[in-house]
Amino acid sequence: MKKMNISKSSKNNMITYGIVIIAYVVMQILLGTGNISSLMKGMLVPLCVYAILAVSLNLTVGILGELSLGHAGFMCVGAFSGAFFSKYMVIAAPGMPGALRFFIAILIGAVMAGLFGILIGIPVLRLKGDYLAIVTLAFGEIIKNLVNILHVGLDEKGLHLAFTNTSIKMSENGTFIIKGAQGITGTPNDSGFTISIVLLLITLFIVLNLVNSRTGRAIMAIRDNTIAAESVGINITKYKLMAFSISAALAGVAGVLYAHNLSTLTALPKNFGYNMSIMILVFVVLGGIGSIRGSMIAAVILTLLPELLRGLNNYRMLIYAIVLIVMMLFNWAPKCIEWRERLMAKLKLGKAAKEVS
Amino acid sequence: MKKLNKLVSVAVASAMVMAMMTGCGSDGNKSSGGTSDGNNGAATFKIGGIGPTTGGAALYGTNVQNAAQIAIDEINAAGGVNGYMLELNFQDDEHDAEKSVNAYNVLKDWGAQMIVGAVTSSPCIAVSEKTKEDNMFQITPSGSAVECVQYDNCFRICFSDPNQGEASAKYISENNLAEKVAIIYDSSDVYSSGIMESFVSGAASYNLNVVATEAFTADSKTDFSVQLQKAKDAGADMVFLPIYYQESSLILTQANAMGYAPTFFSCDGMDGILGVDNFDTKLAEGVMLLTPFAADAQDDLTVKFVSQYKERHNDTPNQFAADAYDAIYVIKAAIEKSGVTPDMSVSDICDKMKAAMLEINVEGLTTVGTGAGMSWNADGEVNKEPKAVKIVDGAYAGMD
Repeated sequence: MKKMNISKSSKNNMITYGIVIIAYVVMQILLGTGNISSLMKGMLVPLCVYAILAVSLNLTVGILGELSLGHAGFMCVGAFSGAFFSKYMVIAAPGMPGALRFFIAILIGAVMAGLFGILIGIPVLRLKGDYLAIVTLAFGEIIKNLVNILHVGLDEKGLHLAFTNTSIKMSENGTFIIKGAQGITGTPNDSGFTISIVLLLITLFIVLNLVNSRTGRAIMAIRDNTIAAESVGINITKYKLMAFSISAALAGVAGVLYAHNLSTLTALPKNFGYNMSIMILVFVVLGGIGSIRGSMIAAVILTLLPELLRGLNNYRMLIYAIVLIVMMLFNWAPKCIEWRERLMAKLKLGKAAKEVS
Repeated sequence: MKKLNKLVSVAVASAMVMAMMTGCGSDGNKSSGGTSDGNNGAATFKIGGIGPTTGGAALYGTNVQNAAQIAIDEINAAGGVNGYMLELNFQDDEHDAEKSVNAYNVLKDWGAQMIVGAVTSSPCIAVSEKTKEDNMFQITPSGSAVECVQYDNCFRICFSDPNQGEASAKYISENNLAEKVAIIYDSSDVYSSGIMESFVSGAASYNLNVVATEAFTADSKTDFSVQLQKAKDAGADMVFLPIYYQESSLILTQANAMGYAPTFFSCDGMDGILGVDNFDTKLAEGVMLLTPFAADAQDDLTVKFVSQYKERHNDTPNQFAADAYDAIYVIKAAIEKSGVTPDMSVSDICDKMKAAMLEINVEGLTTVGTGAGMSWNADGEVNKEPKAVKIVDGAYAGMD
């Protein structure tokens, strides 16, 4: 009887959490026994970062149904605000325990990215489809370029802000926290595998619960038919903004993790430009739009793949691209879906036949 | 249709198998090579290289990779270092800090005992954090940001950005090359903005008059008419270009089109301007640049290196290649001086080599013609003479 009470969706969610926890336990065992390559060890935190990013973007693209191409921008906001706080604290309050500092940095990153999400969302969410995609793309680029000219220095009088290096009014013995294109150097390495997994679980918890809640159903109603949703009294602006800003805040968390995993943080086109936004979108599309677990798995596979292909040297990127195309076809080509369904039916049939006999 | 389905599934399956095999490969390397110490008396020094061999900065990475390989082959052909052979494993970092750390970890699994790299600044800083943790010896051919060598296990072959900017200001002022200087730089690039800053502060102390400081970013690097017009309106008789040669070639072309002919002065990023496709090299006449290496210099060392490089890769090496070539010879000198052997642990090798680095003096491609070698101080900064060249008749000519 008890079995009946567990709904299909919560069973599904349990599988998702289960995958993460099992992956964590397996990795911890490998780490404990030393049976893990340095490469894998170094990849653990980035894998979690990209998984969080993919899950958070899936909230916008899959659940809310709006195409956002500026996700790396929110990640950038989170990364820089979190790293800024940590660097500031390292100078201003060196005695602060690392765990507490990192915890506050994560909160700051999430709040800042969330705020930007609301700010951007208010004008942007009035648009639809392609227009929205283009504006979010522009937003991501604006963030990246702004960060590139931002100079923040710290001396005995406090913080100084300027947009060029020469115009900053800082005393001789002050230090730069953010130095324009050179970004932030010397962020403490606070990210660890355990904290990353915890954050990934929290992200999953937030997104999965949101989807299965009254709010989530309202958001999906907006996605499926805006006019119908509006006519039954759903506040479209409110729910759209909510989904968009939560998605942004989670991307901010990923950014903080990213920043505290490397000692240098620069806003290059490669890590915070539209390339990255599209990369995250690729995770979501390949993993299945709307499928939280799928996007998480796709993020892990696609981040690992180029590293595992290092053995192929110069053909690495070529093979990677081919794998992307093949995966896309396998997942989304109508004929392929048909073929997969037939295969599944055959397997089921075989199973049933065995059971009968 | 069925055939196609089969084809797709075979392709997917083979891709997955390949991924798994390479995955296993890296594991296998680890167990046989050993991560840090206990190399079972292997007679080779394992040198790991990190740099971009794909993506926008691929030119620099490939040059470093090729030149380092040439130097290693030369050394091995001549009997190695103290009887030990050198072995290079070069990993791509795509000019990305995160990927460079991955590359470093791959090299660690391979059993690298010292690192040549990373080629570009921001990845180099990220890698230096990791080499410091493992106490592994690191020498970067071309990572020019100050922080690249902030730890005592890191050294570099090139000048740092502040050094280049200040050296340029000093050179211009001492040789009375200009009255009013305008600067056009890439504000989104670490290298460019770093040099610009130190040039501006250097200009103040050498009484240079900087009349315009115009920026562009990596996203808008095709049209420079606004910046050039401002420089012209400010009456600048020299334009300082602390940028790479691709953008410089556009600036020279556009300045010519608007009839503006100041003196152009640049740093080592300008090296390569004469090889740009569809660029009229006449426009580069009279351009001055600070560069450690000129591929058409006539001394024996350069001629030998360039001809070998051309023979192998059908391409002309640039200053990154020269830096990398020197880096390998510096490692050789440091190994000889310290007497380390491949069976020592990574950390012991590093401790001995960094002590030896302070005592050696090496002459190489980047010091040819200056009459002095390279030496290092405890900061990891190199001590050598800067070289300036001027483009005359489509070739570099030394300046007096």
